[in-house]
Amino acid sequence: MPQSAEKTKDHVSLFKEPEYTEMFAAKKAQFECRPTDDAVAAQAEYTKTWEYREKNFAREKAVINPAKACQPLGAVFAAQGFEETMPYVHGSQGCVAYFRSHLARHFKEAVPCVSDSMTEDAAVFGGLTNIVDGLQNAHALYKPKMIAVSTTCMAEVIGDDLSAFIATAKEKESVPADFAVPFAHTPSFVGSHTTGYDNMIKGVLNYFWDREKGEVKRGAVSEKINIIPGFDGYAVANNRELKRYMDTMGVEYTFISDVSDIYDTPSDGTYRMYDGGTKLEDVRTAINAKATIGLQHDCSVKSLEYIGTKGQPTSYFRYPMGVSGTDALLMKVSELSGKPIPESIEKERGRLVDAITDSQAYLHGKKVAVFGDPDFVYGMVSFLLEMGCEPLHCLSTNGNKEWVAAMEALLASSPFGAGCKVYAGKDLWHMRSLLFTEPTDLLIGSSYGKYLEKDTGIPLIRLTFPIFDRHHHHRFPTLGYQGALRVLVEILDRIFEATDASSDISFDLTR
Amino acid sequence: MSLDYTNDTAAAEALIKEVLDAYPEKAAKRRAKHLAVAKPAEEEGATSCGVKSNIKSIPGVMTIRGCAYAGSKGVVWGPIKDMVHISHGPVGCGQYSWSQRRNYFNGTVGVDSFVTMQVTSDFQERDIVFGGDKNLDAMIDELDTMFPLNKGISIQSECPIGLIGDDIEAVAKKKHKETGKTIVPVRCEGFRGVSQSLGHHIANDAIRDWVFDKPSPEEAFVPGPYDVNLIADYNIGGDAWPSRKLLEEMGLRVIGMWSGDATLSEMARAPKAKLNLIHCYRSMNYICRHMEEKYGIKWVEYNFFGPSQIATSLRKIAAQFDETIQKKAEEVIAKYQPLVDSVLAKYKARLEGKTVMLYVGGLRPRHVANAYEDLGMKIVGTGYEFAHNDDYQRTGHYVKEGTLIYDDVTGYELEKFIEQIRPDLVGSGIKEKYATQKMGVPFRQMHSWDYSGPYHGYDGFAIFARDMDMAINSPVWSKFKAPWKAA
Repeated sequence: MPQSAEKTKDHVSLFKEPEYTEMFAAKKAQFECRPTDDAVAAQAEYTKTWEYREKNFAREKAVINPAKACQPLGAVFAAQGFEETMPYVHGSQGCVAYFRSHLARHFKEAVPCVSDSMTEDAAVFGGLTNIVDGLQNAHALYKPKMIAVSTTCMAEVIGDDLSAFIATAKEKESVPADFAVPFAHTPSFVGSHTTGYDNMIKGVLNYFWDREKGEVKRGAVSEKINIIPGFDGYAVANNRELKRYMDTMGVEYTFISDVSDIYDTPSDGTYRMYDGGTKLEDVRTAINAKATIGLQHDCSVKSLEYIGTKGQPTSYFRYPMGVSGTDALLMKVSELSGKPIPESIEKERGRLVDAITDSQAYLHGKKVAVFGDPDFVYGMVSFLLEMGCEPLHCLSTNGNKEWVAAMEALLASSPFGAGCKVYAGKDLWHMRSLLFTEPTDLLIGSSYGKYLEKDTGIPLIRLTFPIFDRHHHHRFPTLGYQGALRVLVEILDRIFEATDASSDISFDLTR
Repeated sequence: MSLDYTNDTAAAEALIKEVLDAYPEKAAKRRAKHLAVAKPAEEEGATSCGVKSNIKSIPGVMTIRGCAYAGSKGVVWGPIKDMVHISHGPVGCGQYSWSQRRNYFNGTVGVDSFVTMQVTSDFQERDIVFGGDKNLDAMIDELDTMFPLNKGISIQSECPIGLIGDDIEAVAKKKHKETGKTIVPVRCEGFRGVSQSLGHHIANDAIRDWVFDKPSPEEAFVPGPYDVNLIADYNIGGDAWPSRKLLEEMGLRVIGMWSGDATLSEMARAPKAKLNLIHCYRSMNYICRHMEEKYGIKWVEYNFFGPSQIATSLRKIAAQFDETIQKKAEEVIAKYQPLVDSVLAKYKARLEGKTVMLYVGGLRPRHVANAYEDLGMKIVGTGYEFAHNDDYQRTGHYVKEGTLIYDDVTGYELEKFIEQIRPDLVGSGIKEKYATQKMGVPFRQMHSWDYSGPYHGYDGFAIFARDMDMAINSPVWSKFKAPWKAA
């Protein structure tokens, strides 16, 4: 008998025991009617070929293992970054169960969010009753300062009008007339979670700047700079790291959505449904900031456009990772604020450059495949190029033509980008063909890449959302010079582990 | 053998009153029907749960429930390993449910097995406007090109499909004609019904209508006298395998696993069995009833959580067969008794008297109760996301007088219940896990086994005991308060 109380075997080892392997073999032989082992082996080999790759890339309708999510996920994420805000999704309740689970699995945190549970009758008559009851119940039970409403595709297909519905709910006194209920239409059949993030940020700004008390005009310009961080699985640590820089520089700032507290609450005996986040008063006054910076283009394009209509200057980055990414961000902050970059930060920069110098021999010419959100891929590739790595495949399921153009310009700026191809709208089954036909030394992406690593043997480095199968990565930054240092170490560790694993004669003590 | 105890009825009733006071009047009235305290029933040894169930969730209260798509794709169809399951509609549903149910299987992913893949039609605005049927048709061809060894395809409808008037049944029939393969349209749009539960039912009906009684490639199958189907075990963390092992050890022949580690052939062959053994009553009683009506196959509910229920179940199953099987069942129980004894010897002293609150789907809130009691633990509260009245009737045989019962519990209620009862352990889902732990209350996910398992069978019980012990007796719980803070 394989099992015992002393050495309890769980799924990791139990099913390798003969009692089980023999049972599996008998089940397969007698009852499963599977293709022959030869047929399976032949097909498995065939999927590695150029011919299969061509068929794979000829796909037009089937999407297989995409690396993107849908709009309301981003809207919920954005909403959670505001002070005592309850994200509220108008539509089917199953979606909310999914958003909460998805974010909880990455952050290892509770994700409060309500749905108004629309069902068949709402599909016929519309979801007005749901929103009238839903706002009242959420407000009474969870006592938020703000309820931020987004939509599922069900509500979008039947064409529910949030603006009118919320106005009616307020007339019926579901919530007080002056209670903040910003909204964003977030159809999941348009764009991705990055679009939903952008839409919700715009919705919140629009509420405080145009709806709460009518149209607000930009007043006397304050000393502050607004930062829209974007949908970032590392927001907990990255937001804190960027705040540290700005505090060091003496720059005043407002993060427009800051999830760094709500997605990193302490265990001390109290559950905090709300923690930290952008103060609503700071959102109101953010209209008077000197400027707004979007850290991720795709997560802030519409919001920045809206901010621009108020006469406020805006600029954006594409997830500024690495030496030059951080340089550019700091110089922008310095330029806008008039505050110089202090020596202490310059020293941090020097330490990062020092580390890259020490390790450059192991990085130079390493071929890398990268997948993820468009801005992450851009920032990551930018850092890889300055370390002497050679990106080979850059893939973003939610990338568009504009992103491809930006990527191609980036790659053209470095000799290390010469052999690299950019794939927008492709999925991880495409990536599998790329990796088999044109293998790389490393693969960088999210936990979804683990299937590619298993099939191709190419080491995966998890550096972007979602990370379900490794713990606490998001508690350490990837942005700033410190973040870059951490990214560097993760890359190096994988390189050294792979070298050691494949070394016999050259199993060196010192590398 | 089960523990003899009662819980505090008056305290539970006070707690219910307290949470209801927080709701607006209309919502309080509706929620009141779903909260109750188990009372003595007329039937000896049973209690009455006294809640309404399977009713629409109230808007805005933070229900924990999912949708019909989750019940069909996520639960019933998703584990069938040699079929490709299309999440038909926008990208999200398939993305969030991708590889999250831990339905273990043997096979080569992307070649002859497709369980851990996310295949979607990724609807765009033009699909909403012009309909998705044409693209679905083309997509099925592409999937056959990519995965020529697939045995069939299921089309799992997301919300928009039923709203835009697509005819996926017509597409399925056309593609079946063209390819000869099993193509199954499933109308499990997320807005249908009130929870995952209707999705189970719809998925069962789709098996009945699109898989049963179709020309089968395996005419060679010779039925035997001990043929059974293992129904409604989804092989979470490998659950169905120790279950299968026990059934084989007692001399039965498992001709189909439904649907953990299943192939399409195992599903299609089911009507040839002598008996259906059903674990998760809620999600597959429909197909058992159908097989009983149409093919005269009897069905037996069983419970493989914890040694008391396992032994009871093995005897109950054996009673359906001859003495050879009955004798072997006793041998199986005897064979594993030393393992059970050693597990109890190791853990019972550490767990005795500890209290447990559960909130899970449609089966486990009752099915795991005796496994905890085998370890000396007490169930003080339990409830279901999507149970029906017949589940609560069955629950009465598991829970003691004074147990707090909560149907379709809201985030607010569950937090208050846990805060005030302060059980030694909560067993629920990922959405509940972190809030509970922050309060300093130990927690185990009881949908996914918290990435552990299997928990079924005797092999699984050893893991179950180990996991509950490590959750409750972790040294971390003593670190929550900073030492410089007054106690």
